Amino acid sequence: MLTESLILSALIFVIGTMGVIVRRNVIIMFLCIELQLNAVNLTFVALSRFVGIEGQLFVFFVMTVAAAEAAVGLAIIISIFRHYETVNVDNFNLLKW
Amino acid sequence: MTILGLYLNVIQAAEAHVSWEPFLPGLIILLPLLGFVINGVLALSAARLSSDAVRAGREHDFFEGGRAATHTWPTWIGPGVMGLAFLLTVVNFVGMLGADLHESVIRTYWTWMATGSFEVAAAIQLDQLAMVMMLVITGVGFLIHVFSVGYMQDDPGYPRYFAYLNLFVFFMLILVMGSSYALMFVGWEGVGLCSYLLIGYWFSDEEKASAGKKAFIVNRIGDLGFLLAVFLLYVAFGSVDYVDVFGGAEDLFTYGGPLVTAVTFFFLVAATGKSAQIPLYIWLPDAMAGPTPVSALIHAATMVTAGVYLVVRSSLLFAMSPLSSAVVAGIGVLTALFAATIALKQNDIKKVLAYSTVSQLGYMFLGVGVGAYTAGVFHLMTHAFFKALLFLGAGAVIHSMHHALHHTHKDWDAQDMRNMGGLRKHMPITWVTMGLATLAIAGIWPFAGFFSKDEIIWMTGAMAGAENAPYAGLYTVYWVMALAAAMLTAFYMTRLMVMTFHGTNRTGAAEAEHLHEAPKTMWIPLAVLAVLSTLGGWLNVTEDLQESFLGGFGMLPMSEWLHHWLEPVTEAAHHVQETHLGEIAHAAPFGGGEVAWGVISTVAALIVVIVTSRMLATKDVPVATEDAEPTGFAGLLYNKWYVDELYDRLFVTPLQSLSRFCWRVIDAGIIDGFVNLAGNGARALGWVGSLFQTGQVNTYAFFITVGVLIILGMSL
Amino acid sequence: MADLLFYAFAAVAVGGAFGVVMGRSPVASLLFMVACLASIAGIFVLLEAHFLAAIQIMVYAGAIMVLFLFVIMLLNLGHDYQRDIRGGVGIVIGFAVAGGLGGLLARQISGGTPGLKTALGTGDAIDAALLEHGAVGAIARPLFTDYVVPFELTGILLLVAIVGAIVLAKKGV
Repeated sequence: MLTESLILSALIFVIGTMGVIVRRNVIIMFLCIELQLNAVNLTFVALSRFVGIEGQLFVFFVMTVAAAEAAVGLAIIISIFRHYETVNVDNFNLLKW
Repeated sequence: MTILGLYLNVIQAAEAHVSWEPFLPGLIILLPLLGFVINGVLALSAARLSSDAVRAGREHDFFEGGRAATHTWPTWIGPGVMGLAFLLTVVNFVGMLGADLHESVIRTYWTWMATGSFEVAAAIQLDQLAMVMMLVITGVGFLIHVFSVGYMQDDPGYPRYFAYLNLFVFFMLILVMGSSYALMFVGWEGVGLCSYLLIGYWFSDEEKASAGKKAFIVNRIGDLGFLLAVFLLYVAFGSVDYVDVFGGAEDLFTYGGPLVTAVTFFFLVAATGKSAQIPLYIWLPDAMAGPTPVSALIHAATMVTAGVYLVVRSSLLFAMSPLSSAVVAGIGVLTALFAATIALKQNDIKKVLAYSTVSQLGYMFLGVGVGAYTAGVFHLMTHAFFKALLFLGAGAVIHSMHHALHHTHKDWDAQDMRNMGGLRKHMPITWVTMGLATLAIAGIWPFAGFFSKDEIIWMTGAMAGAENAPYAGLYTVYWVMALAAAMLTAFYMTRLMVMTFHGTNRTGAAEAEHLHEAPKTMWIPLAVLAVLSTLGGWLNVTEDLQESFLGGFGMLPMSEWLHHWLEPVTEAAHHVQETHLGEIAHAAPFGGGEVAWGVISTVAALIVVIVTSRMLATKDVPVATEDAEPTGFAGLLYNKWYVDELYDRLFVTPLQSLSRFCWRVIDAGIIDGFVNLAGNGARALGWVGSLFQTGQVNTYAFFITVGVLIILGMSL
Repeated sequence: MADLLFYAFAAVAVGGAFGVVMGRSPVASLLFMVACLASIAGIFVLLEAHFLAAIQIMVYAGAIMVLFLFVIMLLNLGHDYQRDIRGGVGIVIGFAVAGGLGGLLARQISGGTPGLKTALGTGDAIDAALLEHGAVGAIARPLFTDYVVPFELTGILLLVAIVGAIVLAKKGV
């Protein structure tokens, strides 16, 4: 089960990366980042069976931090939306040279 | 105090009879330098005033409001330091007379350069040859400074003139008093610099400034020769002091060997540059753009003689290389003849004198080339007297003509002889003194030029008939050429005198009223130089001549004084000559002794003078504005054999094209291109970098992932 | 049996993940995400992380996804004039990079560095703890004893996040 879990987690991670690169909607990009976090959680849990309970403990913390991050991130997105009237990330190019 | 010192010196020397303490020799050099500094400061404070005046064309009204201190002090400082230097030189000369010096006295002041085993000391070397040169430089220099007071009176740049003139004398003294070739080179370069400064003295006129530039650049070519010779000497001896070089020359060099020939050949190149011989004489006629006293001092009496001094100082080296000596003599006599032909057809009074100087320098080179070093120095001395006199006299004439033409605002050339004529009524003193100088330069007995020129021509003939003469036929040709040049000299100098002073006045009736004799500051030096030109020749009468009537039948207390005086310096060379060439002949190539040829040459010159004056006195001379340019052979001589144009075609224009190429293609194109490439490259790189900054998160995420890939990939 | 369940859950998870990336509307993406999270929770159970599975459903799928949904509804998305997914070159690059990453990871997993396989031993490191304290206790005991400091810090982090979210989302600040 370990190898398969690891492969699955790698697969989900890669799909999440592709989503970040490919999507224009900033909320969906955020969602894809959550996908990546979940893939990492899966890895931790898969390995905790062999290493110790610390793996699951870490997943606990990851989830907490993901929650906090989601809250703050979405607040930022709302803030940006108020200014730009859109969540299309192509328009957020103030950092363009 | 000076007289007491003199007395003590002579007594001391007479008692010691061998050693001699020079009296403040360093001060002789420092006094002109002090004059330069003081006059320079005065010139700098007056600079603004005079340059404004020149720019506004107010040169003639510059002194309307009275003379400022900056224009009165140089009158005393300029000639003053020269007079003091001359007195010191005379004191040392008298001291040297008493002592019987066989080696030079060297005074070292400090070490100039010391690198590894090579050392050059700032030292002066006093011997008989240096003493002769110093007397000429300070003496004639002093007279010319006094003359300049009168001549340059109305010039706004008055203090600057004296500053440069003093600086020149300073460098010239270093040249003749230095104890090594390195110090001679310091003086060599310095006089070249001062020549440039003084020729281009009126620098606001482009032509005059160009003349200064030409002099400096042509001199530079000669300087290359000097440096190459000094480098060779350093490689050979490890030192460039005279003592070391001449002490070891006979051991290190083989007679007629390649090394000594190379060294002397390069010295010859240097001498042709400085002393205006073929092929580097072209700067001297152009140098007439400077003030006339400058021409008298630098281009008659002192700077141009530096080349002759160089050869005489290195006489041992030249004696050891018969090939170089023959080349020196050949260039000398060829220049003498060539320049004399050009002088025949010149109309500017200063140009005639300039070509005459080139020609007489050729005689000096002929003398030192055939091994008659004393004769060369003797002619140098007498030439300084009569040529300085001629130039100063011409200066007085030009000064007077300038005044006259200025009064009526006539736009004629004040230096053109065709505009003169009959000036002897207006300027009698100048006429008499210049007449004496003309007789001297033509080589007529008993004036100075006769003895010196005669000795040179005689020695040429004698060397041609020497026992083991290396190039007997060649020297015979030289002898004939020298005689021909002497005749031409008599002709063109008489032509100059007749056109200027005799006949009817062509300047114009209104102007003739304003033609007047020169002021006292100007004619007193003329008189002194005239006395020297008349009597100076009796300094060195050869033995043969002494017995005849030419030498006063041995009744006058004259002797080969200069020859004996210079013997300690030239004996090494003479020894080499006697060893290799054997006894010199006592008869000229086509027979006849010294006395016979002496009589022949002076009578021939006298005939030329008389015939020429008769011929030209009645000839109608058109004024400059109405005259046409001569054609045919006369035109060739008038246009200086087109040498300047030839040089321009051969050297100057290709050099300019090369410079332009280097500037446009190499400097602005390639080198600037590289620099610009660096800048543009940086910009391009920056532009490429800017493409990554899209401001979009997706792109950044992409690049982060790529980075992770790379790191992961590398760790495998 | 466990294997079969595992593969089923895995298939749903991957399908959900693809759905998130390729979904046409934001809500569709969100729902696919929920499906993915639920299947991952199922896999957690199979991997004997029961507590975490519960937490996953409750917090992740229940709270965070609902929060996302609220924001999507609030912003009234779906009417953009631009397509949501990059076309053409974007997809190709995305595939390439992702594929590269996947390949590397696969290589790692299948024995890239030695030591992963050998150092692991048997899969019973947590059995003792689970047996003694139960599912919740196995996590809670280390959490409140050995790792109490990170626990408190996480609390502060949550406080900061709440304050920050309110400040940022408030109008007229």
